[in-house]
Amino acid sequence: MTAVTTREARAWEVASAVPDPELPMLTLADLGVLAGIEVDAGEGGEGDGGHGAGGAVTAWLTPTYSGCPAVAEMAADVDRRLRAAGYRDVRVRLRLDPPWSTDLITAEGRRKLAEAGIAPPRPGAAAAAFAAAGPVPLALGPTRTAAGAASAASAASAVTCPQCGAADTEELSRFGSTACKALWRCRACREPFERVKEI
Amino acid sequence: MQHRTASTTEDDHVYLSLAESDSGPEGEGRWAYGTGFADPLLGVDTALPPGLDGDDLAAYCLMLGDDALVLAQRLIEWCTRAPELEEEVALANLGLDLLGQARLLLTRAGQADGTGRTEDDLAYWREDHEFRNVRLVETPNGDFAYSIARLLLFATARGALYEALAAHPDPVLAAVAARGVKELAYHREYATAWTLRLGDGTPYSAQRMQAGLDAVWPLLEELFTAHPVELRAGVDPARLREPVLRSLGAVLAEAGLTVPDVPPLAPVLGRAGRHGVHTEALGPLLAELQVVARAHPGATW
Repeated sequence: MTAVTTREARAWEVASAVPDPELPMLTLADLGVLAGIEVDAGEGGEGDGGHGAGGAVTAWLTPTYSGCPAVAEMAADVDRRLRAAGYRDVRVRLRLDPPWSTDLITAEGRRKLAEAGIAPPRPGAAAAAFAAAGPVPLALGPTRTAAGAASAASAASAVTCPQCGAADTEELSRFGSTACKALWRCRACREPFERVKEI
Repeated sequence: MQHRTASTTEDDHVYLSLAESDSGPEGEGRWAYGTGFADPLLGVDTALPPGLDGDDLAAYCLMLGDDALVLAQRLIEWCTRAPELEEEVALANLGLDLLGQARLLLTRAGQADGTGRTEDDLAYWREDHEFRNVRLVETPNGDFAYSIARLLLFATARGALYEALAAHPDPVLAAVAARGVKELAYHREYATAWTLRLGDGTPYSAQRMQAGLDAVWPLLEELFTAHPVELRAGVDPARLREPVLRSLGAVLAEAGLTVPDVPPLAPVLGRAGRHGVHTEALGPLLAELQVVARAHPGATW
């Protein structure tokens, strides 16, 4: 069992380092798109000098938005990286269930987004936004957050400017350069910035 | 976990794929980003769950997929024509979500009926009478208010339907619905925000918004009128009438608008979009959608 675990850990390491085509500062693992990896024991197929790359490897990806045009690129990139690492029998599969959510973006992923000037989704906010079911009028997320009267709770829920850190920010457009981002502006430093929408 | 190579290599990965023309999972060549139109259900288990008729499931997926495809086409017509750049980007984003849903649903339809037709076969090579979308999604865009009114009606009803379909026995349809319900929530919110802004704006904007609602409202009833396939393979849309009307009524009340009192657009001898009976607007829409594929059959890029 240890051998299998090691094999899968090694394949995971290769696949998880693949960058996202549209947010290249994040890996597919940071983004929560890499949903799983499985390596067959590959009985009799160990032709790689003991690196454990002889068995078939299957990587599962969970697409972000239904219309995300980057899925084919992601699949091809994972395929290529695994082959380059010595795996000869590589399969990339899509896994639609459970659906992707921005809650799956790791803490490391959120840190990298902020570092790149993109406001990350607030952790757990997607689950909260969609907890109330039913076709009633709704408001998904704030259109403006402010530092004024900053209780601990509102500070945690504020959309902070990735440039200057201010919480006094406002939404300019809920739809941006890619399906996953909205356009915001900081009212303190006046810089516009992108924000990953919670879904 | 991070084993990042030099940043130039990271940035070059798209171009590397150009040199490796047979590098894709199916050995397909790709010459530019976004052109690798892989199977949207790549590697997903395509077995039909027991007790579900493949032809019915296919017909049902076609109905929902055609709704999404045709409305996506209408929404992208707003590109270069929207009142502001932000609205153009927003409408195109909504269209992209619907196009993604359409790709999954059409692919599922081609699998479920055993014909093996691909999403492209179904999108580009059927005639207008073979499309199963409701007429609501095919009428011309009209003005911005009409388009917003249509979006409000569609997104409210489709969100409610997807919510119910997330528990469908077909795992593919259930997954599309579970994903789509969140996307439709954003669509509904966008349409709601504009309905409130226009309805509660100036007398003139309210008048235009009301006119848009009045014009689109006769097409609403078809969304709640069950075709036998919907009863056998999916959710009875009549179930959605009450909650959807309640939700729409709440938005219109908030916006200071009136729920239109207009009769529904009649079917033709009992047949409408779900039977392939459409308005005269669908043909020209499909002509534009299909012209390139038909001019160059089988072409890849």
